[in-house]
Amino acid sequence: MYSEKVMEHFANPRNVGELETANAVGEVGNAKCGDIMKIYMKIENDIITDVSFKTFGCGAAVATSSMATELVKGKTLKEALNITNKAVTEALDGLPNEKIHCSVLAEQAIRAAITDYYKQQGNDPLPLVGCDLDCEGCGGH
Amino acid sequence: MEKLVYLDNAATTRVSKAALDAMLPFLGDSYGNPSSIYSVGRDAKAAIENARGIVAAAIGAQAGEIFFTGSGTEANNWALKSAVALRKDKGNHIITSAIEHPAVLKTAEYLQTQGCEVTYLGVDKFGQISLSELENAIREDTVLISIMTANNEIGTILPISEISKIAKARDVLLHTDAVQAAGSIPIDVAEMGVDMLTLSGHKLGAPKGVGVLFKKKNLKLLPPLIHGGGQEHGARSGTENVAGIAGLAAALNYRVSQLPQTKLAAKRDRLVAELLKIPRSALTGDPVNRLPGIASFVFEAIEGESMLLMLDHFGICGSSGSACSSGSLDPSHVLLAIGLPHEVAHGSLRLSLSEDTTDEEIDFVVEKLTGVVAKLRKMSPVWDGE
Repeated sequence: MYSEKVMEHFANPRNVGELETANAVGEVGNAKCGDIMKIYMKIENDIITDVSFKTFGCGAAVATSSMATELVKGKTLKEALNITNKAVTEALDGLPNEKIHCSVLAEQAIRAAITDYYKQQGNDPLPLVGCDLDCEGCGGH
Repeated sequence: MEKLVYLDNAATTRVSKAALDAMLPFLGDSYGNPSSIYSVGRDAKAAIENARGIVAAAIGAQAGEIFFTGSGTEANNWALKSAVALRKDKGNHIITSAIEHPAVLKTAEYLQTQGCEVTYLGVDKFGQISLSELENAIREDTVLISIMTANNEIGTILPISEISKIAKARDVLLHTDAVQAAGSIPIDVAEMGVDMLTLSGHKLGAPKGVGVLFKKKNLKLLPPLIHGGGQEHGARSGTENVAGIAGLAAALNYRVSQLPQTKLAAKRDRLVAELLKIPRSALTGDPVNRLPGIASFVFEAIEGESMLLMLDHFGICGSSGSACSSGSLDPSHVLLAIGLPHEVAHGSLRLSLSEDTTDEEIDFVVEKLTGVVAKLRKMSPVWDGE
């Protein structure tokens, strides 16, 4: 069911754990649904210089988190915001249909971390990040 | 290939030697159609009737009360739909439990679309129904109670003979899905007092694709689910799965000869005791009234499918009721019915042993699983332990 790449990222996830030097954190999903992704970023001069994750979830959730951290590392915030769930899925050589939502969570986790960063900088994240799909958090804008 | 540690015997079993030996002739020279008049046909017919007698003896029934089907699911469908048809003059109310297999639950839901009313009895944290609740649920128009003999996910054994007393007193038919129980605990239809009972071959050492519905003699012939050439006394058409039927009888007979599974239960108890040493782990199901081969757990703060994938890496086969492993959004209906919160139910793991499970395999699983749980917790954002 899973591609070799998904299994490889699941078995050897990259960038796992808390990042002590992080200055931005994004968490999406909920335990009730069985998926929580938390992405930690160290952002300097609008560049993601370091990144890590912690995930509660299935094999695809772990693999998409791992891939998402790989994809954003060293990127500018603008570049990172252009990473879609489709890009995460493609980088993993595809996902089973019922697991596509894991790649959506990964995209959302990236956006949530960057939103957190902008907020801390005193910037309104909405025009920069756009809707992060966290409807509860933003009151449904 | 690395060694497989197969602890998913509640999902399916290896075909036993007894079953294979019984089947081989009918996959070879004895290939006749049981309905044919010449000798290879008659041999096949005789094999089916022999198997019918063996199955009947193994569950305390008479041969004429045994009907072979294509699966346990078919037998469950047949039982529920038949009871409704046979008792339509009395009413259309069915009582079942919230922890039944989908083969019963989905059939009940279908019957609801056909005008039946269904009461789903809840269960306590061990997976036991309340007998007084059952009694109160029976109405004038109740035609059937269908309660499983033992649950496939958590191993809980339900008190069918007690349920039978209640059903009999109120003239309600009783069906039990004994698919997971048969071959693991004694099944005696008279002692249990059931009108109908379902068995499945592949859960007890026979191949996939063969099941049994027991129907008490005094119950009218069941309306067929499958129409055609009139096999199984006209009740279930389709050329018989001769090899499968012979295999089912031999497998069941062998398993019954090995009861009680004391050694297996001791191995299960050791596995449970070792794994409960993992912090914030819990046994699911009834700790006492429990199938000898089923060890089922929840481990907090991790997800079942991840556990299965990591165990698979070590050649260990288990199963989980997490949403991700079932392909739905919700974790198993059984785990929710016993009151587990969604987030805990996602961390479920069922290990089901067989008589072939060795002490070395148990040690291996304990070691590997302890490591897997620790590894997954280390990467879990909801784990706040050490």
